[in-house]
Amino acid sequence: MPVTVRIPTPLRKLTNDQDSVTASDGGTLAQLIDSLEEQHPGLKERICDETGELRRFVNVYVNGEDVRFLSGLETLIEADAEVSIVPAVAGGC
Amino acid sequence: MSFANALRCRECKREYPLDPIYVCDFCFGPLEVAYDYDAMREAVSRDSIERGPLSVWRYADLLPCDADLAVDIQAGYTPLLKADRLGTELGLRNLYIKNDCTNPTWSFKDRVVTVAATKAREFGFKTLACASTGNLANSVAAHAARAGLDSFVFIPSDLEQGKIVASSIYDVTLVSINGNYDEVNRLCSELAGKYPWAFVNVNMRPYYAEGSKTLAYEVAEQLGWRAPDHCVVPMASGSLYVKIWKGFQELAKLHLIDGVQTKMSGVQAQGCSPIVTAWEAGTNAIRPVRPSTIAKSLAIGNPADGYYALGVMAETCGACLAVSDAEVIQGMKLLARTEGIFAETAGGVTIAGLKRMAESGHIRPDEVTVVFITGAGLKTVEAVIDELEPPLTVEPTMASFEEALGERAIGERNDVAAQEARSA
Repeated sequence: MPVTVRIPTPLRKLTNDQDSVTASDGGTLAQLIDSLEEQHPGLKERICDETGELRRFVNVYVNGEDVRFLSGLETLIEADAEVSIVPAVAGGC
Repeated sequence: MSFANALRCRECKREYPLDPIYVCDFCFGPLEVAYDYDAMREAVSRDSIERGPLSVWRYADLLPCDADLAVDIQAGYTPLLKADRLGTELGLRNLYIKNDCTNPTWSFKDRVVTVAATKAREFGFKTLACASTGNLANSVAAHAARAGLDSFVFIPSDLEQGKIVASSIYDVTLVSINGNYDEVNRLCSELAGKYPWAFVNVNMRPYYAEGSKTLAYEVAEQLGWRAPDHCVVPMASGSLYVKIWKGFQELAKLHLIDGVQTKMSGVQAQGCSPIVTAWEAGTNAIRPVRPSTIAKSLAIGNPADGYYALGVMAETCGACLAVSDAEVIQGMKLLARTEGIFAETAGGVTIAGLKRMAESGHIRPDEVTVVFITGAGLKTVEAVIDELEPPLTVEPTMASFEEALGERAIGERNDVAAQEARSA
């Protein structure tokens, strides 16, 4: 079963304006990001820094849970999972 | 004149023009004002600052906008008081209070808003707006009035009366939202994308946040051009805490003070302490919380600068701790009783944290310690009204007065006896 990945507005230039794309399940989040990069070149460097870690102000949710509180890039993406990429809300006091 | 020359992403360091923007297009990191410090160093001296106005605008050369165009209700240059009575009680011999209750709208927010409002007017905005836990709303409404701008302020619906009235009086459009501050903030981020308004803490945030540095500048100047050994600062988003540190660093960079060895300690309320939780867990991933504390001005569950605050804390060997609501009230009463300063609940948080750090030995008795009191107590009367001794109510006669006085004395003696019996 493919996995649905929700794409935030600032990254849609890289996905032909699609607000969600599909990728194959069964691997880790890191593998999912690599496969997204193959389909949409340039996406990975917006999500991950030069060491390969998730950028600090990019939040990735798997089924609604922030992956920083799961297993980070090693989080397993199961069939039917919904993955959301959401820029952190800056602002505040 | 201003020596600001770009906005720079705090994460990936990409640079942007000085526009009303706040997020890096590339990596979504927050933008910060960058300056030409070499030119600034040539222009600024202790003398040039000391000749300036008695407000934050004496440091105009270190800020991202020009003083000539300032929207100014005289924010800043607040008292730094040597706190001997509080110090004696806590065993600290060099304790100072930076009392920001005396700002025009009674909180430190006037420092950031005067900068943001000035910049907003420079950009040509006609409307000033903000997401606020109360103090910021007061200050935005007041500065908008002074500048002749329209204003919209957005607050959570559970705020104290004092903070609502102290916005409404300025003829602002006050929007009370059924949600907590983080929800208010999220809505404002969306509104900022749609309405052509200057949201001081959204699209004006890089400029706005710079205003907090003036607390450090003033403290250093008031101490005779030196940084303190230790600062104790309340934390909500962590922005104030980080900017105070940046302010000291800049003064050293400009050769206005010698090196900075200041320990930066931060305090949160237990009912909203995501920065402390991350610190204690040894992680820099901050898990947002749903706030529940009487310190409503600190009730930010998703702290935008928490990550940077953790960095400063580690670098400076500061302490990071959370205090209970009961300690907050005790802290407010302690400060009032010993130093004659009536702070809002955030001040109670700070004093309670100071007390714990003094007791644990984290602050050494001789360290020059500055505790930052960021807002005035009349804004949060609800928090303490039931905790205080009611007035003596008497007839206008000597006999009635002395009778009441006698009753209270007996009451107090009984209280002491009861306490002794309990501890025996």
